[in-house]
Amino acid sequence: MVTSTDYGRVARFTAVFTFFVTLLSLGIALLLAVKADKVLRGASSYKTLLMWVYAVAPPVAGLIGVLLFDQHVGPIVELFALFGWKMQIGVSYFDTSFAMIVTAVWKQIPVNFIFFLSGLQGISKSVQEAASIDCRSGFRRFWTVTFPLLAPTGFFLLIINITYAFFDTFGIIDVIVKNEPGNNPVTLVYKVYLDGFRGNDLGGSSAQSVILMVMVFILTIVQFRLIERRVHYT
Amino acid sequence: MATITLDTVRKVYGGNVEAVKGVSIDIADGEFIVLVGPSGCGKSTLLRMMAGLEEITTGDIRIGDRVVNNVDPADRDIAMVFQNYALYPHMTVYNNLAYGLKNRGMAKDEIDRRVKEAARILEIGDYLERKPRALSGGQRQRVAMGRAIVREPAAFLFDEPLSNLDAKLRVQMRVEIKRLQRALGTTSVYVTHDQLEAMTLADRLVVLNGGNIEQIGAPIDVYDKPASTFVASFIGSPAMNLLKVKADGNGLALATGTGLKGPNTKGRDAYIIGIRPEHLEVVSAPGEGDGIHLEASVNVLEPVGAESYLYSSFADGGDEILVRVSSHARHEPDEKLYLRAAPENIHYFDAETGQRID
Ligand SMILES: Nc1ncnc2c1ncn2[C@@H]1O[C@H](COP(=O)(O)OP(=O)(O)O)[C@@H](O)[C@H]1O
Ligand SMILES: [Mg+2]
Repeated sequence: MVTSTDYGRVARFTAVFTFFVTLLSLGIALLLAVKADKVLRGASSYKTLLMWVYAVAPPVAGLIGVLLFDQHVGPIVELFALFGWKMQIGVSYFDTSFAMIVTAVWKQIPVNFIFFLSGLQGISKSVQEAASIDCRSGFRRFWTVTFPLLAPTGFFLLIINITYAFFDTFGIIDVIVKNEPGNNPVTLVYKVYLDGFRGNDLGGSSAQSVILMVMVFILTIVQFRLIERRVHYT
Repeated sequence: MATITLDTVRKVYGGNVEAVKGVSIDIADGEFIVLVGPSGCGKSTLLRMMAGLEEITTGDIRIGDRVVNNVDPADRDIAMVFQNYALYPHMTVYNNLAYGLKNRGMAKDEIDRRVKEAARILEIGDYLERKPRALSGGQRQRVAMGRAIVREPAAFLFDEPLSNLDAKLRVQMRVEIKRLQRALGTTSVYVTHDQLEAMTLADRLVVLNGGNIEQIGAPIDVYDKPASTFVASFIGSPAMNLLKVKADGNGLALATGTGLKGPNTKGRDAYIIGIRPEHLEVVSAPGEGDGIHLEASVNVLEPVGAESYLYSSFADGGDEILVRVSSHARHEPDEKLYLRAAPENIHYFDAETGQRID
């Protein structure tokens, strides 16, 4: 099973998918959080607004994401069509992967944003001020002071995001490929379902789920260790 | 090294909180200036405007000949020591000191020389490879000082750098800061709410109250001639006794009762007199000698070691007065007390404005 070319292909896609989802959702969320942090440090009245965002952002964004990127009713396909890209979701391997990644990233950004923002707010104001006296360039200051101080949050989110890309994207993938006949990209978790419930290969499916279980186990251990470190760091 | 000039500097937060109300100070090259005042009087705001961490609403700040209002904090050639030290938690002590120099493109061996030299002066050489969290409060304080001195800036700005230390360490570091500033000769502005720290460190004190300057002067001058009742009660510990008095025939009497006699030297109907606790002398009988005479009764005798504080009050209530007496003095509660203050030790203030009358 492990050597089967089909499994290898899915594993490769899962790796690529996880890489892009993690990188993009972390990167974009960090960018947004840094901007938001600047605004928040200026005025305390924005704090109420922030609480509001905290509470409603993740579920609402998730909902909007699914609507926006739905290949049948969502406006995103039409938007790209305007730029001359006729997306063939469910038919073209690349287009389908693209839609999956964008939807998954969109859905995860608010979660990452909130963690990054609270991480940034946790950095002492006077440390930032000391840095502004020691270093003129804001860009350099970010990479030498802010980013390293955010690293514990970043590591923690990295694990959360890998776990998310692996396991929590099942719904997104299902919506996109469910009724499509083509040879579409799927992740390992989705393959377990496909093989077991669509292909009626319960044996192969169970073997795959054992592998996934080991992965969950490893990720969980890493996560716990990081959380411990995080507590020590601050 | 540089002069610092503040020209009617104002700071308004959020359109309505006027934290600093038009402050002007000329700080000489190499001078040690202490901004002192109660919490919330605008000391930190003023210092932070010099550092460039806070916008200046109106007015000018000059460091040397240059107006720095719109100059980036990193380009003002100042170094600041923060109350909570503000060390970079992820960097070693060495890198904490070197960071500002690296960012200014200094050569590695010059950085190394300066860091080692600062570490030697501050006796932190043994911890250079440690992270700040592995240091005690006192050690962190030294690292924060080190980060300032390696820069060899035109001015040091200190914002209550000792208030997180325990009493013993605070005294020790106070002496050290003074010594260091003398040795380096760097213009320094130091913010504190602790009048003792202010008195001991300053070449000149700037006493602030509600965003205004109450008085500027050498510590001893401020002590000897406080410009207002605010300064009189803020500088000096225990605080100066302030008594409301009124004209009574040819002399003076308490505004609210009996127990005080003296000449009406200012010829006014009402004013406030101030007498420091160490300038009240316990005498054996009433009315001997010139100056002001008080009759009070003892409440509590509080020994502090080198001296004792005698809390007493007038027969018909009113103000409590504090007298500094020898640690060997013995006084019982309710004991009758005759006190005298010599004319040269009496301060006079306007009853309405609280301003000094000379
Ligand atoms: N960022 C700010 N926004 C609004 N008001 C402020 C801000 N910082 C300080 N203040 C106000 O300005 C006044 C002076 O504050 P500060 O300079 O910190 O006083 P000090 O250092 O003498 O205790 C206080 O009334 C304080 O509440
Ligand atoms: Mg302050």
